[in-house]
Amino acid sequence: MNFDSEKIVMSVKYKNAGPKVPGIPGVVTMMVDRFLFMPDDPTSPFELNVSFQTIKSQRFNGKLVLLDLLPIKGKSYTFEFKEVSSLDVCRDFVAKILLKFQDKNPPEKLSTDVQPVEQLICPADILRRAKLLKEDRELEKLYNQLVAGNVLTETEFWATRKKLLGADGSQMSKQRLGFKSAMLADLRPSTDGKSNSIKFDLTPDIIHQIFIEKPAVRQAYLKFVPSKMKEVDFWQKYCKAEYYYKTKNDSAAAAEAAGDEDLAVFLKHDEIVANEARRKIRRVDPTLNMEADQGDDYMQLPYLILSGLMSTAILAAKGRNGDVTNIYGYCRVEMSIICSGHGIFRDGSKEAAADSEYEQYRRSLSQDLNRHAAAVLEQSSLDVELGDTKTLAEALARSKQAELASETSDATANHERSKRVSQMAEIDDLQAPCNLPFAPLCIKDPREYFDSQQVNTLKGLGDTEGVPSCNLSTEQAYGSLRECISTMKAKGLSDPIEKSEVAVKVFNVLTQHLSSNKFHLGKNPNESVLGRLPNTTKEDILHHWKSNQELLKHFWSSYPITTTYLHTKVSRLKNAIDVVYPKLQELKRSVESDLRHQVSLLVQPMIQALDAALAHYESDLQKRTAKSRQR
Amino acid sequence: MKFKIDEVTVYFPYDNIYPEQYSYMVDLKRALDAKGHVLLEMPTGTGKTIALLSLITSYSLSKPTNPPKLLYCTRTVHEMEKTLAELRLLHNYQLQHLGDSARILALGLSSRKNLCVNPSVVSSNSRDSVDAACRKLTASWVREMAVGNRNVVTCEFYEKYEKAGSEAVLPPGVYTLQDLRTFGKEKGWCPYFLARHMVQFANVVVYSYQYLLDPKVAGIISKEMQRECVVVFDEAHNIDNVCIEALSVSVRKQTLEGATRNLSKMSQEIDRFKATDAGRLRAEYNRLVEGLAQRGNLPLTDAWLANPALPDDILREAVPGNIRRAEHFLSVLCRLVQYLKGRLETENVEKEGPVAFVASINSQIGIDQKMLKFCYDRLHSLMMTLEITDTDEFLHIQTICDFATLVGTYTRGFSIIIEPFDERMPHIPDPVLQLTCHDASLAIKPVFDRFQSVVITSGTLSPIDLYPRLLNFHPVISRSFTMSLTRDCICPMVLTRGSDQLPVSTKFDMRSDPGVVRNYGKLLLEMVAAVPDGVVCFFVSYSYMDGIVNSWNEMGILTKIMEHKLVFIETQDVVETTLALDNYRKACDCGRGAVFFSVARGKVAEGIDFDCHYGRLVIMFGIPFQYTLSRTLGARLEYLRETFQIKEGDFLTFDALRQAAQCVGRVIRSKADYGMMIFADKRYKRHEKLSKLPGWILSHLRDAHQNLSTDMALHIAREFLRKMAQPYDKSGSSSKKTLLSQEDLDKMGDGAHEMLF
Repeated sequence: MNFDSEKIVMSVKYKNAGPKVPGIPGVVTMMVDRFLFMPDDPTSPFELNVSFQTIKSQRFNGKLVLLDLLPIKGKSYTFEFKEVSSLDVCRDFVAKILLKFQDKNPPEKLSTDVQPVEQLICPADILRRAKLLKEDRELEKLYNQLVAGNVLTETEFWATRKKLLGADGSQMSKQRLGFKSAMLADLRPSTDGKSNSIKFDLTPDIIHQIFIEKPAVRQAYLKFVPSKMKEVDFWQKYCKAEYYYKTKNDSAAAAEAAGDEDLAVFLKHDEIVANEARRKIRRVDPTLNMEADQGDDYMQLPYLILSGLMSTAILAAKGRNGDVTNIYGYCRVEMSIICSGHGIFRDGSKEAAADSEYEQYRRSLSQDLNRHAAAVLEQSSLDVELGDTKTLAEALARSKQAELASETSDATANHERSKRVSQMAEIDDLQAPCNLPFAPLCIKDPREYFDSQQVNTLKGLGDTEGVPSCNLSTEQAYGSLRECISTMKAKGLSDPIEKSEVAVKVFNVLTQHLSSNKFHLGKNPNESVLGRLPNTTKEDILHHWKSNQELLKHFWSSYPITTTYLHTKVSRLKNAIDVVYPKLQELKRSVESDLRHQVSLLVQPMIQALDAALAHYESDLQKRTAKSRQR
Repeated sequence: MKFKIDEVTVYFPYDNIYPEQYSYMVDLKRALDAKGHVLLEMPTGTGKTIALLSLITSYSLSKPTNPPKLLYCTRTVHEMEKTLAELRLLHNYQLQHLGDSARILALGLSSRKNLCVNPSVVSSNSRDSVDAACRKLTASWVREMAVGNRNVVTCEFYEKYEKAGSEAVLPPGVYTLQDLRTFGKEKGWCPYFLARHMVQFANVVVYSYQYLLDPKVAGIISKEMQRECVVVFDEAHNIDNVCIEALSVSVRKQTLEGATRNLSKMSQEIDRFKATDAGRLRAEYNRLVEGLAQRGNLPLTDAWLANPALPDDILREAVPGNIRRAEHFLSVLCRLVQYLKGRLETENVEKEGPVAFVASINSQIGIDQKMLKFCYDRLHSLMMTLEITDTDEFLHIQTICDFATLVGTYTRGFSIIIEPFDERMPHIPDPVLQLTCHDASLAIKPVFDRFQSVVITSGTLSPIDLYPRLLNFHPVISRSFTMSLTRDCICPMVLTRGSDQLPVSTKFDMRSDPGVVRNYGKLLLEMVAAVPDGVVCFFVSYSYMDGIVNSWNEMGILTKIMEHKLVFIETQDVVETTLALDNYRKACDCGRGAVFFSVARGKVAEGIDFDCHYGRLVIMFGIPFQYTLSRTLGARLEYLRETFQIKEGDFLTFDALRQAAQCVGRVIRSKADYGMMIFADKRYKRHEKLSKLPGWILSHLRDAHQNLSTDMALHIAREFLRKMAQPYDKSGSSSKKTLLSQEDLDKMGDGAHEMLF
């Protein structure tokens, strides 16, 4: 990908009079050196042709999907995008270009002698950065504050996050949000008690689950909506079918289905599922393939074959004349072929197979459960917003096709299977242990993960165990440490370095200490100090904490100041730190009085850390001025 | 490792061996030396299969002049695959140590459905339609026709196999069904007929019970086996039921309707032949006059299921004159079907012995016992003559003839029961006429007579003295092994009360009590939250499972269970169940954890292992008694009491507890594995029930664990899991070795192995 030859064309709205105004629809074209805006209405006077050289920076708002281009002088250019993804593309593009212009003519006309050479960032890097920002909302927030706020440059920001950008980081797949394990698709109607009507509630989540677990419904949706019926009608029909199923009214279902072929789609067995089952059964582990037993079962128990055949019977009937109502007759023929046999048909250990002509309209809870659990197991969340049913259905259909295409060939699958079977056949404790492969841990939301784990750890450690009192003086401790070091110097590292019991003890005490500070209020993760705060305050505190960390990290790493580049960086950081103080005060004021103490306890260490930095800045500044005066 | 048992060098593919495996081999070896039958019970999870395979193959290797052949019978196809996987491991080891002299041919044999590679044939759904589709392409007359007529389709795989003639052989090795298919595809030979052919030369044949026990199948597959075979029935705890089913036939309304259709079609065919090819019918008649020559030199592809009666009981004489002519025979069958239809219309349950039944047939429609007896062979001959290939269409009339032949052949050990409806569903009329066999020893007798050593083995054969009586044989060795454990890696518990301290049971008057249902649900809910990975639940029947799962769903317990683990259920549809199991394993593999609901006596309980993380806990909800009001069961119990003096109650308890033990026994695979077993029913605490569990479970069932409530069980489970997570010494404490190395075995020397137990 070459940025120099690229341009981006997006349809946007130009908000010439502030974000509240609807704006002028048009097309923006971003080029390497300039951007153009052409209103859709050719008579409109708001045509733009601006060089990027005049643009200082950009600002954007993901929620309102706005991009602000701030010129060095004058009013900013605000564009509203249709969706976040196109905003992101534009933003990255502009960031890159602005970076380039800033390199060419740095805004601060200080000496450029030792300023770290802005490495040419390859496009892949940019994509990776964009991806990281997209995945990690906190990072994005920080980035917006610091980089977009001109406290840090792009390079500085990313320099401390090389690890994230490394190849490992991009390859390692992040933990993804799974499919909900609750059975949402199992709709329960509600009645209002007054009238005879019942109500089904459908949410986007439920529809998502229905589409995944019942591909026939998805297919029908794509087929019927909106060409044949309205979405509301579609779901009404679906709920009607569900109701028949709930009330186990097979005969009514059959009667309805015969009259209304659209409804029949919901009531009948799902052919797509049946086909999939047939495809999957061929790849199943032979050591648990019970279907193969049928081939050898000369006792021929009738019920074993019944249900499997039903779907074929339906398919066959369709193939013959496409008439749904004729299925019964055909089923009966097909069934009677099978229902002859040897063995004891009705003895004490076997159960009667209920074969009714409504078989195909009967669906059991077991089938639903199996289907649901299988879906949970194989489904990963799609990157589709749940809101729009149509796009969701299409995305699901696409992913299904992709899955089919990517299936490995039979030969390799067979090979893998037989390898697995032979592995399973071994009895492990009779032979030398073999090392099992392990899956790397990847965690989507580290904060949540570790927070919940801490509670568990505390539980595991037991609450009675207090922190053992330590009566060593500082000198004694220092002495023993020195002793350790000297023995280490003399003898080298012993193996293990520390006795494991001691290590475990220390580890436990530390964990307890860390966790109990935060969680002494209860065992529920929501009952921690932070958990009691209102959500926005909590977010704010954590964000401040992060940004302060970032600022301080950059601040301290700039010392000792040896170059003018570092000098400007430090002064920039100092200004940013100055701004933080009032914000923290604001934060403290914003919470209710009963929580204010807790919040100030949390804010205090931050202020102390910032104080220390400022003090250092002042003293350093004094020293420098003294030095220059001496000179 | 390599070690000696008397003069036999045993090759064992692992570095260590359990002491009980060693003793098992010693006993087995003695039985082989004595050329007698043997009954061995060894707990699951002690490597029975590999011990068996490695001793018998090593035994054959030590007798190079006349190596006995191993016929290994499994209950199911997937167990066949497991056995072959273990055999391959062993074979590779033996090849490493002995080189080419250890080469053997071992193969699994199954039906066309599992072996066929012809895509147009194998796409059929049931076994019978695959068989028929194969016959349509390979029957001798079809192939003859194809020589002259290019439009007649034949099977390219079979033609190629036929062309290769004697060169079509399998090179030595171990072949699973998949390997056979792959080999067949590669060479272009039909794997099914190749395997059928190679069975005669193979050193080890692994196939299903029915290939030996069911006379219909055994007659064509296992006829040629010589006496010097070692026959092994693995997982043989249900062998009596298999034997009984092999000789039982049920006739339903659909069967009779189908038979009528078959008959009219056959009569059309006869008319057609009369017009076009009368000579053929004449020739058949002559053949029948001379005696029944049809079983002589049939081409391999024409053979189908053999006579349902046992080989010794088949008359070697000419077909009676009055059914020699095709149309006469058809009219006899018509009358028979008509008679059976009339009998099915009864409104009361009827029970009769075969003698009375035959007598009433004779008096009412004039078909005597001899004619009945010949029905099967006569039908077979007629179908050959009429060149009928779509045999699956003619299953009904075959069933009727099977019935007639059995009823005409046996006078005792059988009864005929006609029921107008299922007792459990009296509102649905579904008449059925069942010919049920009560004597398990009938079907297995030829096996004991024919082969020099028959090994019957399983994890649950308690009480071990009952089996020789049921099967009527005299084992030279019958022994039950205990399990030497390094640590208490199984934890059986009897739960009698729920979380509210009220008793739980699946007794008929209690099972639908919402309190019991809730208590069972609570138990499961507490357990899925505490136990990692896989949890397996067994219920007493499908209908009970459906009911309780629905109730749990209504109560919201199921939703809570799903917060912890995914839920999979066994259904009566095998395809769905197989996929559910596959997914269950995936969920356990990936750490998601899952719970599997299954049914005692179901397909899953029969042969699927839930070892290691696939099953850390089994809950047996209730005691899986048979449906005691069943007429067939009643008739069998009566027979057992009269013939073997086995009390009804004893047999029912024995049968229920062997099923329960079988269910819970699936969790342990090796001594490194661990698992808990909960028997959740108040009736388990009674001595007469508890004492029928196998010894290896009882020895771990502490007195304190015999009367628990949910909270206590949960506490014990937590403690147990914590204990199992600790590292331990695999070879056991110094006083009692639970894992023997090469060194240990050498030290013991001769005769010392007695000390182990």
